[in-house]
Parts: sequence; structure tokens; C-alpha cells
Amino acid sequence: MTKLDSVRGTKGDVVLDVKGLRIRAKSKAGWAEIVKGIDLTLRRGEILGLIGESGAGKSTIGLAALGYVKPGCRITDGTILFAGEDLSELSEAELRRLRGVRIAYVAQSAAAAFNPAHRLIDQYTEVAVVHGIRDAASARAEAVELYRKLHLPNPEAFGERFPHQVSGGQLQRAMVAMALACKPDIIVFDEPTTALDVTTQIEVLAAIKDVVRDFHTAAIYITHDLAVVAQLADRIMVLRHGDLVEEGNTRQILEQPSADYTRQLLGRDPPKSDTTTASQKILTVSSVDAAYGSIKVLHHVSLSVGEGTTVAVVGESGSGKSTLARVVTGLLPCSKGALMFDGRSIDSSLRRRSLDLRRRIQLVHQMPDTSLNPRHRVREVLGRPLTFYHGLMGRLRTARIIELLEQIELDLTFLDRFPEELSGGQKQRLCIARALAAKPDLIICDEVTSALDQSVAQGVLRLLMDLQKNLRVSYLFITHDLQTVRAIADEVVVMNQGRIVEQGPKDEFFAPPHHPYTQLLLTSVPQMDPDWLDSIRETRAALARAMSLA
Amino acid sequence: MSTPADHSPPLNIAPADRPHRQDPGRFRALLAGLRQAPLSAWFGLVIVAVYVVVALFASVIAPYGEGQVVGSQFDPWTAQYLLGTDNLGRDTLSRLIYGARNTVGIAFLTTSLAFLIGGGAGLVAAVVGGWVDQALARLIDILMAVPQLIFALLLLTIFGASVTSLVSIIAVLDATRVFRLARAAGMNIAVMDYVEVARLRGEGLIWILSREVLPNILPPLVAEFGLRFCFVFLLISSLSFLGIGLQPPTADWGSMVRDNAILITYGDVTPLLPAAAIALLTVGVNFLVDWFLHETSGLDDET
Repeated sequence: MTKLDSVRGTKGDVVLDVKGLRIRAKSKAGWAEIVKGIDLTLRRGEILGLIGESGAGKSTIGLAALGYVKPGCRITDGTILFAGEDLSELSEAELRRLRGVRIAYVAQSAAAAFNPAHRLIDQYTEVAVVHGIRDAASARAEAVELYRKLHLPNPEAFGERFPHQVSGGQLQRAMVAMALACKPDIIVFDEPTTALDVTTQIEVLAAIKDVVRDFHTAAIYITHDLAVVAQLADRIMVLRHGDLVEEGNTRQILEQPSADYTRQLLGRDPPKSDTTTASQKILTVSSVDAAYGSIKVLHHVSLSVGEGTTVAVVGESGSGKSTLARVVTGLLPCSKGALMFDGRSIDSSLRRRSLDLRRRIQLVHQMPDTSLNPRHRVREVLGRPLTFYHGLMGRLRTARIIELLEQIELDLTFLDRFPEELSGGQKQRLCIARALAAKPDLIICDEVTSALDQSVAQGVLRLLMDLQKNLRVSYLFITHDLQTVRAIADEVVVMNQGRIVEQGPKDEFFAPPHHPYTQLLLTSVPQMDPDWLDSIRETRAALARAMSLA
Repeated sequence: MSTPADHSPPLNIAPADRPHRQDPGRFRALLAGLRQAPLSAWFGLVIVAVYVVVALFASVIAPYGEGQVVGSQFDPWTAQYLLGTDNLGRDTLSRLIYGARNTVGIAFLTTSLAFLIGGGAGLVAAVVGGWVDQALARLIDILMAVPQLIFALLLLTIFGASVTSLVSIIAVLDATRVFRLARAAGMNIAVMDYVEVARLRGEGLIWILSREVLPNILPPLVAEFGLRFCFVFLLISSLSFLGIGLQPPTADWGSMVRDNAILITYGDVTPLLPAAAIALLTVGVNFLVDWFLHETSGLDDET
């Protein structure tokens, strides 16, 4: 083929050698060490997985491989050897020669990493042309070829589009192409699929795997999802609080993890709930249509939530599941259909709902960071609904706040803290407690665990289940994560493009036969098996062949 | 499966020494912030403090009365009249000191009023949105379309140059700028989930404005207050210089420059002193505002 496929160096050479890396970050209390003496060797043609929860220092290490530290951070010790030079001692100008050319970076959010004002192909060629490696014409030709390799639709014309004209998965692949533009020795992938739907994630993973193999590039793959990294990595480093927990071959880590922490990360089976069936319906949504302006997002949606049960609404982004939540809360009045709450018909507009009705339906948002006012202390966050709905004041109010804090397993010391002094999981618990303060009958949970680390999310799920058992509160649980559904749901509703494609009890949902879309969702969840990606691709290819034959 | 990490992520452990009680903690934090403040901030703070003290205790500090004729016209600098006398034989130093009270006081009053009007309207526009926002914003656009100084001159000739009309006219004109800032900053906050939570709860407009939105846009507003104050101050001085600001015998830095301007032709710097007082305060306030913005925006210099 072309020179694109020529290989620099041979497989197995050490390309990056990090020794005793220590990085400090400036905080209010002084300098805190966030990377505590990490050794790392990367060989050509190898993918190294860095895995850990937030705060593990994995992104910081990934960026350090480019000789870069975030503002407010500083490399205090250690060497980062690349091609015989210590990146931690090179000047900015020298580093700029390397970055993008010999060491490339693929960020988590491709949408934020692309300049929206330029065409994709121009952004691709920029790196190569600026560094004087290729002229514009040959860089363009290469781009088209790479787009083809990455299975992007219509590769000749693809690059002429602007970032907003392609889908998230395509954009992420375009970014992988961009990283490959100068045939780098190392690519650092920083959670490239985390923001994507499961069905899209597969395409991106497959593309990355192929490209890295074909180009004999070394890669560092950063993620919090062990099942994802299992598909790609040859070796895995498990990190926690800036320390190495363990390191080993992918299979070895998956099959015989030596550290407890790794086992904990592996143990993905979340808490299981017994399915309960309710006699009484608390919420009934019947054939609801809803639209944002002229764009119709919900078509004929009907579902019901039984008293003290959990209905999970599953779907990918754009399926209309969050819109459904807005309709039930009254934020978005529906254009057709009716809502029933506790046996009575209710107004679809929030403005006309009574205070008592508002109290009985509470919403917990996805992002705890934006759903807590940064200027309100825990005491005020919980106290306001108590005063507002129940007229509690003074000592009675404080007593009830403490009671609520106990319910979410936080102690008294939290009373006077601001949200920024809480961790992500604690913030989400606080949001749940705020909803509970109203003494609601129905809590709508909109992706409440998707912004949290795996183990923290499981804690929040368990809390929600305990609360349901004790308080008989019902949940309308909106999520894209099927593990969460397995954990918490009594009934499952699958949505796709604003319509309900399947609904029924959880056991039926997880047992075949499936609706084709449900099938697609279920099989797209990465498994803890290094061969899963290849096998699923084979199955799908076979399926596609069969369909084209038929 | 047990997940101990759930209950003890690293961030859970709050440093024990961090004060959680409200006021002593905040006060101490403020002191600590001051101790680390750069020289420019200290400079600004000292200047502002001196002006405030002079303005408050003008009658105690000034050697003579505000409009008191004590000597002959344009006396030179002597031990009796430290900075000489003006065109009517009044002590320049005393008038400079009283000028601080009048000009600074009125500028402060005007800026506060401007923030009350502009900030309030801006917040309402941001939170309520819809036609209320459109109506307010277009009205403000119309007000802003006319150059400020000319508009002020026009209105002052219509309503007469009293202190009340001076304050209210400048406040309204300046409120347009504040409105823009408050609206822009408020809009960023109004889309936050916690505002939606408050709306869902059924909170009224006043609560949402004052408790949910306002505290979060306070830093840019306070910074803007400092800058606006300078502009108002300059505007009042300009108007006084033109003769339709504060009316004699009230001492005012702008009119003091005008009254004694003739001295410059004789190589006397006295008429420049009120101008220098204006300049110094402007510089001081700006230093202070810069520091405040830097502190509250969370921007840290790269190290």
C-alpha cells in the first residue's frame, strides 16, 4: 500500500520509559502528591491500560507521557525517557516538536477537542503541515485513507464536514485519525469511549484496536472501565490514589488478580434486588407526545409505576428518556396524552400543579455538581424543603436534617459544609436526601449514577434500594447502563428514538427472546473477557452478511 | 459484595483543622488572603482607606470650612494655607478634603443605586426570560444607544442640576451597563440544575433571585462595582467641570479644576491636585478590584 504502513523501529523496542515519576498538585492546603513514584515501560506495538477510579492519577500520568502537566501541577521527581531524552527537562519549544508528531493524545470529549469552525480534514492536515512533515495535498490523501481504515462513512467526503455535522462516535474516530496523522510512536488515549453509547463504543474500540495493530504504534489507554481495557490492552496497570496497585498481563489481571482492590474493580456484579410487584399504581403515563418547539421527541409513550417499585427507563442518548422525566415533573408539558398520579389526573404543566403535588414528585439530577448550589451549606440544602413543605423550623428542623443525613450515611460533621467540600458520591447522596426531605411518593432518578465511579455508584444504588424498602418510595429510574438496571429495576422500559420498543418485568427483559434493539443493547455491553470484542464483531459481521444475502 | 471504597473515598476525609463554623473561619480566611495579597492590592487598599477616612471626618480634618473665604484670591502655598487659596480666597486644602466627601460620597451613592436598578432588572431578565427579558433588554439598548455624557447633559438641563437629579440620572444611565453584566452572568446560573430544583420545588421569584442566583454572581458584580464607581466618579467630575454637576459653593474636585484652571498658565500646579486625587483613587480602586477578581475567580498563576 502506501508509506502510511511503513513502520518506524521494530516491535518490542522500549519507546517510553518512566522512572519514579512524582507529580504534585497545588491545593488550598499546599502541595499534595497526586502521582507517587510510578514506573512505566511502554514497548512498540503494545497497548498499556491504565485503570483506576477518579483521583487515581491516571490522566495525569497519561499527560506526563507527553511531557505535559496541567496548570497548578509540577513534576517533582523522576524521569520520562522518550527516544533518549528526558521529557521532564525539555523546554516547551522542544516538547512542541514532539507533541502531535511523535507522541499524540486523544481526549475524552472529541466534541470539545475539535475546533467547531474548521472542517475535520483541515484540522487533520494542520499538525502534519505545521510540523513540515507533509504537504497539504499528501496529508489530505492520507486522511482519506485513514478515514477509510477507521470505517468512517464515505471517507472521500467525510473530512469536508464540520465537527457538528457528524455523530459522537464518528467524531471520536476522526480524532483517532488526527492522532495518527504524523505516525506517532506513542498515542495516549484518555477515556476515548466514556462519553459514548454502548453501541457506538464498540465501533470506536474496534477502530482503535485495528489501527494500533496495523501501525505498530505504542499506546497508553486510560479508562475506569476494566471491561473496556480488557478488549484492547496487552498489559494493565491498576492505579489508586496515585499509587500502583498491581501490574500484569491483561489475562493475568482478569483471571488471577492479586490485589483486593483489583478484585473489587473486577467484581462488577452490583447489588441485586428482589422484584416486587405492586397492587397500586402511583404514576400512569398514557400515550404521551412531547415536543421541543417543532421537534417531536416523544411518540405515544405509555407506562406506569407501581407503588414502592422501580421502573427503569433504558435507552441511548437521544432516545427521549430524559424528556420523559421532564414531562412527568411538569417541566415540559406534554402536547398529547395524560398523566395520572395516585389515581387522580394531574396537570401536565408545572405552573398549575399544587404545592403538595410538587412535593410528592421529586427529581434527582444526573450531575450532582450542578444540582447543588455551591453557596449553600448542607444545612440549607436539606433545611429548605423541610421549611418550605413542612414548615419545620429551629430545633425540629435541625433534628430532621440530622435524621436525613443518617439515612444517607453521612454524619453530623457534614452539616456546615459546602458542596465543594464533598466527594462526588456524597454530593449525589445529598441530592437524594434533599428529595427525601420532601417526603415524596415518587422520585425520578435521571442517570443518578452515571457521573460516579463504579464502587461509589454501587453504594448509591444500595442506598436507594434500602430507602425504598424502608420508606416505600417509588422510583422512575432513567439510565443507559444495563448493569444498573439489573441491580435496581422491577420493571424495564426500553426506549429508542422517542418510542417505547419493549416493556415488562426485569426477568423477562434479561431473558430471551429479545426485541432486536434490546438485543443490540444487551450484547453491546463489554464483558470481562479479552476475546469479547473480537467475537462480537464476528457475530455482527456474520449477521450483516446473512442480512445482505437475504 | 462489600465495597468499603464507597464509604471512604479519598475526598471524604475533610481536614480536621479546616474551620466549618461560619464567621471566625471566614474572617480568618480573609486575613490569610490579605496577608498573601500582592503589594498592588495593599496599595489600593491603603488609598481607598485613606479616602474613606478623609471623607468621613472631613469636618475634623479640614483646617477651614468648606465655603469659608479665608484669604485673598490665589494666595500661594504658605504655612497658613498649605495649598494656597482659590479664585474666591477659600482654602484649597480644606476644599480638597470636603471634595472627597462630596464627590466620593455621591459617586458611591450613585453606583449603589445603579447596581440596585441594573442588577435587579438584569437578574429578573435572566431568570424570568421570555418577553420580560426581551422588553427589558431592548429598553436598555435604547438607553445605551445615546452617548452617556451627552445624555446626562441633556437630562440635567431638563431636570435642573440638583444633587437628587444628578444621582438619579447617572444611576439610571449607569444601570444599563450593570444590567448587561448581571443578565449575562445570571443566565449562566439560571440554567443550572439547582435553579431547576428550586423551580420544581415551587419557590417564588424572590427566593430564586436572592438565594439561588445572586450569591453565585456576586464576585463579578462586586468587581464591576469598583470599576463602575470609578466611571461614575469621573462622570460626576466631568459634569462638574462643565458646570452642571455639583453646584457651588459645594466643594467638588471637578469644578475645583475648572475654577482654578487659570493658575496653570502661571506655572502653578495647584489646579492639578484635585485631578491627581481623582486619578489616585481610580488607580487604587482598580488595584483592589483586580486583586478581588483574581482571588474569587479561582485563577491561579501557573507555577
